Amino acid sequence: MTKDNTDMGQAAGTASGLSRRSFLKTGAALAGVAAGAGVGSGVITGFPAVIAAEPVTLRYLSTATNQAPAIAEQAFKDIGIKIEYVTVTTDDVTKRIITQPNSFDLVDTEYFSLRNLIPSGNLMGLDAKKIKLADKIAPVITKGQVDGKTIGDQGTAPKKVFYLESQFSKKFASEPTEWITLIPTTYNADTLGIRPDLIGRPIDSWAELLNPQFKGKASILNIPSIGIMDAAMVMEASGKHKYADKGNMTKEEIDLTIAALIEAKKAGQFRAFWTDFNESVNLMASGETVIQSMWSPAVTAVRLKGIPCKFQPLKEGYRAWASGFGLPKTLKGKQLDGAYEFVNWFLSGWAGAYLNRQGYYSAVLETAKEHMAPYEWAYWMEGKPAEQDIHGPDGGLLEKAGATRDGGSYTERMGAVACWNAIMDENAYMVRKWNEFIAA
Amino acid sequence: MTIRARWTSYWQATPLVVVLGIFFVLPLLVMLAVSFWTYTGYSIAPAFVTDNYRDAFDGCASQFPTLCTTFRTYASTLKFCVIVWALTLVIGFAIAYYLTFMIRSNTVRLMLALLCTIPFWTSNVIRMISWIPLLGRNGLVNQALVGAGFIHQPLDWLLYSDFSVILAFVHINTVFMIVPIANSMARIDRSLVEAAYDSGATGWQTLRHVIIPLAKSGIAIGSIFVITVVMGDFITIGLMGGQQIASAGKVIQTQISALQFPIAAANAIVLLAVVLMIIALLVRFIDIRKEL
Repeated sequence: MTKDNTDMGQAAGTASGLSRRSFLKTGAALAGVAAGAGVGSGVITGFPAVIAAEPVTLRYLSTATNQAPAIAEQAFKDIGIKIEYVTVTTDDVTKRIITQPNSFDLVDTEYFSLRNLIPSGNLMGLDAKKIKLADKIAPVITKGQVDGKTIGDQGTAPKKVFYLESQFSKKFASEPTEWITLIPTTYNADTLGIRPDLIGRPIDSWAELLNPQFKGKASILNIPSIGIMDAAMVMEASGKHKYADKGNMTKEEIDLTIAALIEAKKAGQFRAFWTDFNESVNLMASGETVIQSMWSPAVTAVRLKGIPCKFQPLKEGYRAWASGFGLPKTLKGKQLDGAYEFVNWFLSGWAGAYLNRQGYYSAVLETAKEHMAPYEWAYWMEGKPAEQDIHGPDGGLLEKAGATRDGGSYTERMGAVACWNAIMDENAYMVRKWNEFIAA
Repeated sequence: MTIRARWTSYWQATPLVVVLGIFFVLPLLVMLAVSFWTYTGYSIAPAFVTDNYRDAFDGCASQFPTLCTTFRTYASTLKFCVIVWALTLVIGFAIAYYLTFMIRSNTVRLMLALLCTIPFWTSNVIRMISWIPLLGRNGLVNQALVGAGFIHQPLDWLLYSDFSVILAFVHINTVFMIVPIANSMARIDRSLVEAAYDSGATGWQTLRHVIIPLAKSGIAIGSIFVITVVMGDFITIGLMGGQQIASAGKVIQTQISALQFPIAAANAIVLLAVVLMIIALLVRFIDIRKEL
């Protein structure tokens, strides 16, 4: 539409010897005169006004986990920006950014994939000066600290990939700069999900995932870069190997980790593997599995069905991940301004509160707190017993009064992070070995 | 035939050749070229290296007689292929026979043939997912069996097993056998069957010496459909096998997800070669062009 108009304008300009710019100027002057004279002002000045008022639509690429229709609705209500969700799996987000960088206006992707995304040059740094709350972003992401205490940074910890050397740089900066790779949306500390009713005893170690007691009732996620980290946590917990960096294994370490997985698989340990959120919910809710790698909102989803499910804290700590907004390099003009406006709105509290109620953590905690009831904040963030019934963002009953959150407070959970989701240097080799595991 | 008439047939074939050339041959050539390229996690670069094929067959020589990943994957896929082919052939043939020879009324035959397509009214994925509440550990079948007192523990092998994969494959693919076989059966001259009967042939003899040979082209076409679908599948095997069973398609999909396009292309070429070999073998036994 716009392009056609431009072409027509240029064609007309060439034909009549009148440049498009001067034509527009004339038009504007005429409109001004017309408005001043009060003749037909509604028609002529109304034309550009309609274009300006046309809502910006942002194609928001991410996995299903981060896409809530309620957030899109609220954003439209608050700032008049239309969000059009493009839903794909974790791996496909990366694939889309690399192969079809013009098919979205805003992407919500994980920090660990930045090691592949930034060198491709398809994303640009976000200008910290345009992000109003940039300095309020939780230090757990920017500095890897919780309450001033440094937490585990094995793997691709966000602080390692948070800044770029310049807006279009393909290199991460070691010092804070003005250019931010991703503005965090959500992050969390992941652990194993269990069915306490079917297990009937306390679980306190990652090693339990491969405990023969749960033969045929365990599951691990079939996304190689994340699954291997869970496997590494199991290996360390069972004392089979101590990694220098679980998020960046040597070929030998990959070999021995995969060998352990293959051994367990051949012994019939796993019921199934899962790749998306809903599969993990179905496996757990149907009782096909009783212990498995899981994501926090999936545990919430199982509980909303009235089925007991626990996001079990384990003594070896959590595997953390963080996800954030990135912008495609080609984004310009109104879309770009709209994207910054949406990101700023996202950090301003309503969305953060919504995500916190799902069991995620939001980037700017202070603003989210303002949008949560004190009892909700106490339950979700401070690990205190719920003063009243806790409801999910969709209104479903999540916990009765008196319950406490699995793993406790924000400080306890994020403070116990052992490693982060990662892309290893030996990623190609790891994927090949992972395929071997699936084929075994 | 004049020279001009010969050229006419070439002109008539041109549109199809152009479409196939652009949408089939060209992409295939690109894939072949890419299979020799190099890659990183975020880029692919033109080159001519055989590393991708070497990686695909990594350990196949050194681990022998233990099968390497690729051989094991193909062995597993071929196993499904043979079992599913045999089952769909028997079931499809029986249904086609019933539709063609047992049903007298054309209307009834048409209605029954349409009934066979009912599973296709929903998407492939939905059809497969609906097996899960049926076959799961706490699914309907297990509940019924436990309730009736046949078993005490739910059967685990009903779901996420070879059994469930084969069940879903047969369910989805039988219709691909029914249609071509019924089609070739419908063209069998009834007087041949009557002649066999009058000459004192038993039902079995008539089937073996008259009907099967005359339905061979339908069997071959149905077989090609089923074999190519099963060889390239990864969704059915993934969903019904709990992602625990390898398939050539799944290997390629994982590699594409990891943005390793060249090695995925190399694997796709290997898969294509295997499927072509199977079809070549099939065509050796049945000359489809002659039979049509």
